[in-house]
Amino acid sequence: MTSDHTTTWLFGRLDLSSLPIWQAIQSPAISELIAGAAAMIVIAGAIAVIAFITWLRAWRSLWTDWLTSTDHKRIGIMYCVLALVMMTRGVIEAVLMRAQQADGLSGGFLTPEHFAELFSTHGTIMIFFVAMPLVAGVINYIMPLQIGARDMSFPVMNQISLGLTATGAVLVMSSLVFGKFSTGSWAAYPPYTGLAFNPGPGPDYWIWSVAIAGIGTTLSGINFAVTIYKERAPGMTLFRMPLFCWTVLCTSIIMIFAMPPLTVATLMLAADRYLDFHFFTNDLGGNMMNYVNLFWLFGHPEVYLLVLPAYGIISEVVATFSGKRLYGYTSLVYATMAIAVLSFCVWLHHFFTMGQSANVNIAFGIASMCIAVPTGVKVYDWMATMYRGRIRMTVPMIYVTGFFILFVIGGLTGVILANPTITYQVHNTLFLVAHFHNVIIPGVVFGLLAGIHYWFPKAFGFRLHEGWGRVSALLWIFGFSFAFLPLYVVGLMGMPRRSANFNDPAFEPLMLAALFGAALVLSALAALVIQIWVSVRDRDKLAAPLGDPWNGRTLEWATPSPPPHYNFAVLPQVKDRDDFAAAKANGRAFADTANYGDITMPKNTALGMIICAAATLLGMALVWYIWWLAMLSVLTIVVAFVARTFMLDTTYTIPADEISREHRAWLARVRAASPITRDRETDDVNQGLAVLELPETLKASR
Amino acid sequence: MRHPGINLGEHHGEAHDQAETLVFGFWVFLMSDLIIFGLMFAIYVTMANPVGMAGGPGPKDVFDLTSVFIQTMILLTSSLTFGIASLAMRHEQGRGRIALWLGVTLALGLGFLGFEARDFANMIGMGAGPSRSGFLSAFWGLVPLHGLHVSAGCIWIVVMLIQMRTFGMIPIVKTRLLRLGLFWHFLDLIWVGIFTIVFLAGISA
Ligand code: HEM
Ligand SMILES: [Cu+2]
Repeated sequence: MTSDHTTTWLFGRLDLSSLPIWQAIQSPAISELIAGAAAMIVIAGAIAVIAFITWLRAWRSLWTDWLTSTDHKRIGIMYCVLALVMMTRGVIEAVLMRAQQADGLSGGFLTPEHFAELFSTHGTIMIFFVAMPLVAGVINYIMPLQIGARDMSFPVMNQISLGLTATGAVLVMSSLVFGKFSTGSWAAYPPYTGLAFNPGPGPDYWIWSVAIAGIGTTLSGINFAVTIYKERAPGMTLFRMPLFCWTVLCTSIIMIFAMPPLTVATLMLAADRYLDFHFFTNDLGGNMMNYVNLFWLFGHPEVYLLVLPAYGIISEVVATFSGKRLYGYTSLVYATMAIAVLSFCVWLHHFFTMGQSANVNIAFGIASMCIAVPTGVKVYDWMATMYRGRIRMTVPMIYVTGFFILFVIGGLTGVILANPTITYQVHNTLFLVAHFHNVIIPGVVFGLLAGIHYWFPKAFGFRLHEGWGRVSALLWIFGFSFAFLPLYVVGLMGMPRRSANFNDPAFEPLMLAALFGAALVLSALAALVIQIWVSVRDRDKLAAPLGDPWNGRTLEWATPSPPPHYNFAVLPQVKDRDDFAAAKANGRAFADTANYGDITMPKNTALGMIICAAATLLGMALVWYIWWLAMLSVLTIVVAFVARTFMLDTTYTIPADEISREHRAWLARVRAASPITRDRETDDVNQGLAVLELPETLKASR
Repeated sequence: MRHPGINLGEHHGEAHDQAETLVFGFWVFLMSDLIIFGLMFAIYVTMANPVGMAGGPGPKDVFDLTSVFIQTMILLTSSLTFGIASLAMRHEQGRGRIALWLGVTLALGLGFLGFEARDFANMIGMGAGPSRSGFLSAFWGLVPLHGLHVSAGCIWIVVMLIQMRTFGMIPIVKTRLLRLGLFWHFLDLIWVGIFTIVFLAGISA
């Protein structure tokens, strides 16, 4: 073997010229410099994180308390951290794109390829590595607590899901340092992403990051659904579940049925690219419409997968911060189910213009409009919940208010777009970009941020700083409005999406407004980071360890904050919907009991991390054609998996007296504390014990 | 009945209790896997036409129905033998009996794979590999995917035979065998679909 052969054998098609840093040195134009700088930032960021952990001497604790943990609460937090890191990148890319288009009349400063790479990574990251992990994270943390379970049904599989999601994120991040990501958008339509038009590693990065993360999501869906069906506490009938759990159930059903089309589509595209198949090629009988159908068969349910949990969060937040039982619970449940079913019947509205007959278009158009009905039901239910409630405008409620106003606009433009004749006019314009950001940001992102602010004290034992939270929430709301409402106009004026520049001067003022909005969003993110920093610094003042800072209504608030590993010292006996509110009203909350039992919990395992590492290497090996590494990684995954099945000692038991000791210590603190009224909810005195207030007290005395 | 399919029964105690969640979870997984196969079938159907065949060989040129029939018989029999193994487990007829019938199932599975591999090699030999046309891509995407599942099932049987020997019939081994059984019968079901939609419909068209 010559040395040339050896390097190809060792490194596949990876060489010096695939490094953006090297390219920036070779030809320092602005686009290359930005790419090189991004690579440097990733490397520097990685080094900084490693240094920081070493400085904290936290490696051991990171490994034993977090990475190898099977605790659904820790896994949930790790999902959220991953999502926030990726969100930073996604938002920075968004600002770059906005800056480019603001300068688009004179051509901008980025090459069209670089701009294409930006919207592709931005879209992929925001959907798969921000919205999805945030959803999975919040579900992981909250759902088992709300149904009175000790953990997920399959805690190790849960860890593997996280590992596979992280793999996808790492692959996208690696594409900044090694080579380039796809320029084929987040939907990656062939034949453009096929080998004939795109032989480079870009589409392969997209394929493997999305395919691997997608498998993780399928497993999550199975886990969530089985947990809800099988792990509910005694007395927790389905129709006593908090509404959030209902939305989680519907979301997980969507995960189970809608992720497979994505897996199939990505793997078929991979077969075309790697094995010379002809599923989607232009020649030899390939048919790219199959890809488009498969992709949107996943893609449309996906958006409901994301937004349903947000609806659930909003239901919880509205009920709690209005001090009222959720209005129209049953109708909300059926609306959720209706949306889940309808979400599978409308995928074609993403390609009305791609040549099917008018009748087919009309059928899908009407189906799409139908979704507005159950969604409308929900909005009215939430408003009725607030009516005459004891409303407090805390940070989650600010987000929810932003949601109400803005999301309705997004929904209405959705109904407009569901009309095929209109779509023919505005397809592929910025009107569409405005629409989907208008549902995704006020809907999914605001909903999740509201949830994070609402449940943060549960997870960490202290509240988030209220002032910075308000700043951040308002910046998000106004930033969004400036960044996207102008795009409706510019879209109607005919500006195509995904264009790096334009030549109609009428677009420019609106593009400048949009850039201003994007800058506000960036500041909102900065305010969020500052808020977290300030809150951690002042955690003693903000502490609410007793567990119920908002006068909560559902079971998760009946535990100390943060809850112990096993969640509930004794499994709750559920007697009512909003069981904790009912328990507080008739005095059965915070009761001691004589029958503590031993609790068996799953042990830590490194399996998830091993699979994550091996899958990451597998992805890199496939992207760069390093076949020996690909085979080695597959082998590692299989062996690790089989070896795990030979381990029998996978649980440990916490003795009853340790549990009773911990639980009684907490009860004693609750008894000693003085409960606070809702007026002082955001003051330092809020230790997490609530005075009963209207209308609960009224109801109890009745 | 605690879950669809063969139940171990109350006399299995802990294993029976654990089966409720574990087997239910596995059913849900199979449902998801079924979607994958369903989509591959749909793709196949849309490509099994002259446009998809792009002038290349069609079903009549490449399918060997005799061999496919033998494969079908082998696989159906293997489902029967797995069923006998499951019943032996349910009625606690001893490890040896269970292992025997699992062994027979494994042999049949390998036999199926052998015939299938031979057919695949023949197809490649006559220039009917996946690169020839969209139709053949769809075939090579669907049928080997099933074969891959069967191979995974065979490895799983081997692992279970080892675990039965080293651990005995402990609860986790029993619930794993229950799930393996579902998997095996599921693959049979898929094969019935392949036999009908790919082979019979292909030859008769
Ligand atoms: C935070 C503020 C955000 C800004 C300023 C922003 C801006 C942009 C811009 C400028 C584009 C390219 C538009 C074009 O095609 O010309 C884009 C595309 C996109 N964005 Fe955002 N975005 C933001 C947040 C999000 C979020 C939160 C999500 C999803 C969770 C998201 C998902 C997408 C998707 C899927 C695309 C389409 C990418 C493609 O064309 O393939 N964005 N965004
Ligand atoms: Cu859609």
